[in-house]
Amino acid sequence: MTTVGMTVNGDPVSVETEDRTLLVEVLRDQLALTGTHVACDTSQCGACLVLIDGVATKSCTTLAVQADGSEIQTIEGLAKDGDLHPMQAAFNENHGLQCGFCTPGMIMAGVDMVRRLGKDLDDETIRSELEGNICRCTGYVNIVKAIKAGAARM
Amino acid sequence: MYQTRYHRPGSVAEAAELLSKAEDGRYVAGGHTLIPTMKHRLAGPSDLVDLSRLSELKGISEKGGTVTIGAATTHYEVASSDAVRKAIPALAALAGMIGDPAVRNRGTIGGSLANNDPGADYPAAVLGLGATIHTDKRKIEADDFFTGLFTTALEEGEIIVKVSFPVPKKAAYEKFHSAASRYALTGVFVASAKDGAVRVAVTGAGANGVFRAADIEKALSGKASSDAIDAVSIDPSGLLSDIHGSAEYRANLVKVMAKRAVDAIG
Ligand SMILES: Cc1cc2nc3c(=O)[nH]c(=O)nc-3n(C[C@H](O)[C@H](O)[C@H](O)COP(=O)(O)OP(=O)(O)OC[C@H]3O[C@@H](n4cnc5c(N)ncnc54)[C@H](O)[C@@H]3O)c2cc1C
Ligand code: FES
Ligand code: FES
Repeated sequence: MTTVGMTVNGDPVSVETEDRTLLVEVLRDQLALTGTHVACDTSQCGACLVLIDGVATKSCTTLAVQADGSEIQTIEGLAKDGDLHPMQAAFNENHGLQCGFCTPGMIMAGVDMVRRLGKDLDDETIRSELEGNICRCTGYVNIVKAIKAGAARM
Repeated sequence: MYQTRYHRPGSVAEAAELLSKAEDGRYVAGGHTLIPTMKHRLAGPSDLVDLSRLSELKGISEKGGTVTIGAATTHYEVASSDAVRKAIPALAALAGMIGDPAVRNRGTIGGSLANNDPGADYPAAVLGLGATIHTDKRKIEADDFFTGLFTTALEEGEIIVKVSFPVPKKAAYEKFHSAASRYALTGVFVASAKDGAVRVAVTGAGANGVFRAADIEKALSGKASSDAIDAVSIDPSGLLSDIHGSAEYRANLVKVMAKRAVDAIG
């Protein structure tokens, strides 16, 4: 077993884990942060996106030991003092979800878009940026609307 | 996933040392090829030696007509680099077409080249531009580096440190991607060097991985116009045939992508 130290949603944590354990397994099974989802488990769908040192990363394709010493932000860490993060609020207001399974990853992808491309995102950019986020319920129209509105308010 | 031991070395020399001591060790950089492979139990390295945090392997510079990119530089860093966009826009564009944004956030040029997937994008740019691969032991020219499917001239434990690209007069990359995986079903990189020489590298189509299309290069050496490619016939016998497309289909795609690339560089 290896000790992995990380800051998760602002709190320092230390977990004992095998080197082969995925980051998403530590988040969900050891830290009970079940907002990060696993849908494909083959690196394609983006449901498992978390921010590692600010960068959107597939936590199903990252070992927990690789994240030792890093700052992790999950969907649970976005809201501040009970107020939804602007990207979360925009998904709510624009009906950007149906079953909600892909939503944590969609929101993390939206936050990462703003980091890389700024707050002013057009539909075409958002659609191509969502290449790695798969939703099996919706037609993406409201997801695109939500990300555009959320980005503008960030 | 099988059991493995993870190591985080502080230097390239320490990484090589750790690997040489391991029973069946592998380097890991972005992990976006190796970790999925380990999850499928298609790889089970006893040890993983992490290269992704080594500053010796990072960074992009442009000097005297050469762009140099550290092996652990991510696809996103290459795609968004002002230096690469200015000197070799086709290379920045190619990096921006790899996978999806989260893959580009983690995947590295060194990992992509060491892995030499037959559908990977970087091998086309490295071969098309006639780049040089610098390892911890020597320099390898692109023409000698790619030796077959998922195989390269790298020796056991050898580390790619950086890749240097001569800045061409003009270059373009055209990719026909698999709608499911985003890898290239066929991708063609065309570069015209400062001395006028034209190189054409094809990825996704070859049964032995990336290759130079000698007949297209010859056709373009007279005049660099896409019409010159019409008369070339691509032999499907050396091409990949799988559920995504037959060898004949790929032979046609090679010509279509080459023509588009030539038109794109004008
Ligand atoms: C969903 C998805 C879509 C993708 N789509 C594409 C695509 O469209 N086009 C494309 O080209 N690729 C694609 N990829 C692959 C991606 O670009 C990988 O990141 C890349 O091929 C490997 O880089 P890495 O840094 O992740 O390598 P790793 O997975 O860490 O390593 C790969 C191999 O290279 C070795 N290695 C790594 N660095 C070095 C080094 N410096 N020296 C020597 N050996 C080294 C490792 O030991 C390992 O054997 C995709 C991947 C995913 C998950
Ligand atoms: S669960 Fe990680 S990409 Fe689908
Ligand atoms: S809302 Fe159901 S998968 Fe996207």
